[in-house]
Amino acid sequence: MTTAPPSGPQARDVREVLDADDVHRALTRVAHEILERNKGASEVVLLGIPTRGVDLARRLADRIAAVEAPVPLGSLDITMYRDDLRLKPARALERTELPADGIDGRVVVLVDDVLFSGRTVRAALDALGDLGRPRAVQLAVLVDRGHRELPIRADYVGKNLPTSLRENVRVLVSERDGRDAVLLGTVDQT
Amino acid sequence: MRKHLLSAADLTRDDALLVLDTAEELAQLADRPVKKLPTLRGRTVVNLFFEDSTRTRISFEAAAKRLSADVINFSAKGSSVSKGESLKDTALTLEAMGADAVVIRHPASGAPHTLANSGWIQGSVVNAGDGTHEHPTQALLDAFTMRRHLGELDGRRITVVGDVLHSRVARSNVLLLSTLGARVTLVAPPTLLPVGVGTWPCDVSYDLDAALPKSDAVMMLRVQRERMNAAFFPSAREYARRYGLDAERMGTLDDRTIVMHPGPMNRGLEITAQVADSTRSVIVEQVANGVSVRMAVLYLLLGGSESALGALPSEAEGVPA
Repeated sequence: MTTAPPSGPQARDVREVLDADDVHRALTRVAHEILERNKGASEVVLLGIPTRGVDLARRLADRIAAVEAPVPLGSLDITMYRDDLRLKPARALERTELPADGIDGRVVVLVDDVLFSGRTVRAALDALGDLGRPRAVQLAVLVDRGHRELPIRADYVGKNLPTSLRENVRVLVSERDGRDAVLLGTVDQT
Repeated sequence: MRKHLLSAADLTRDDALLVLDTAEELAQLADRPVKKLPTLRGRTVVNLFFEDSTRTRISFEAAAKRLSADVINFSAKGSSVSKGESLKDTALTLEAMGADAVVIRHPASGAPHTLANSGWIQGSVVNAGDGTHEHPTQALLDAFTMRRHLGELDGRRITVVGDVLHSRVARSNVLLLSTLGARVTLVAPPTLLPVGVGTWPCDVSYDLDAALPKSDAVMMLRVQRERMNAAFFPSAREYARRYGLDAERMGTLDDRTIVMHPGPMNRGLEITAQVADSTRSVIVEQVANGVSVRMAVLYLLLGGSESALGALPSEAEGVPA
């Protein structure tokens, strides 16, 4: 779980740790890092993890297209692969849309908003295995807040944000939330 | 929270749309190299069939297996039921085996309800057809198929033709389609309409030719001769002439109207081969869609800590169906 659901506990003392300009700069840098690491965009496929990972993946795709060439873009819903399905009532599914040419032999860059326990990424890796055989899988996140519970790390990080477990990180994107920002608040553990 | 799916009337509009949207996502699985999801790993689904069935049983089996559930198929033939074992004793056996869900088809109307409310088993009960009563997953797959061709069903005109009296498909479809905002017209000879059909949320007509041109979808029902113990119409020829769908009648349909049939078909009786094999016919799609819809139902009932159906708090204030 990366962000608190809207119905979850209300965070207090919320402060903005990244504003819109910070988010834009971070995404631009990550887009360039992806190109640098992969020596261009020819093999790259971006897969966003719903919901906000999809918006961020689209932004990265736009930036990469502006610098080099357009890259295939898709979304990967990991709901059916979660390890905490039985802790809650069954959830509605999000969209999975793969690029027309698939992911076989490509470098898949998974895109998510927040990297926390690593369980979402673990589920995404399992889902990918059922969809094809990428040449390599990389991970891009806007915020890495630490507290990993699995041996997983990101290849591209917009912002490393040291947090305590009592804190809550929310990424806002203009497509859904009206503005770009990263918010940090405290959640009462009751 | 609704643990069981016994009737199409159990589904609120939100529930029905949740099932259909979930099925839409799961339908993509059919095009993938690995047609399997790990979601119901370790869960056991029992197919308990007291009545013959090809597509429904296979469809539920495929759905459960694609979600990685363990599937136990039980059919009355060749089991202790033929030695006179009761539904109760059969149910207790299944409970002892740890069934998380029981998919039941039974010739007696109400058998799934009895199974669900008896306390004999802890798991979810899914009605896969009970007597002449209901067949909710068939209605869901029909609605799913219509939605793919027609878009949202609000205000759509659906005509259901034929043996309504013996049809669990017709009853479930009327209930579900009216929940989804469609306008259903039943067309049948008076002898093949059930008592009290006037209280159903639909129109009734005896005139097929008048209903056809206004329809967005036409669903032909199977004439269930195995349930007929009296003469409900003078002859098969007479029935086919007045209530069968042939090429000439099909010609009066709007260009975008689809033709459906829940199967198995009596070709030449309620539908001619020419119509069944025409480009308007979505009968084969209905079968394929059945797997996606049943996966959605099993996922929503069993995938989480409790059922996701009937869980939406907004339904309490909703308009009753």
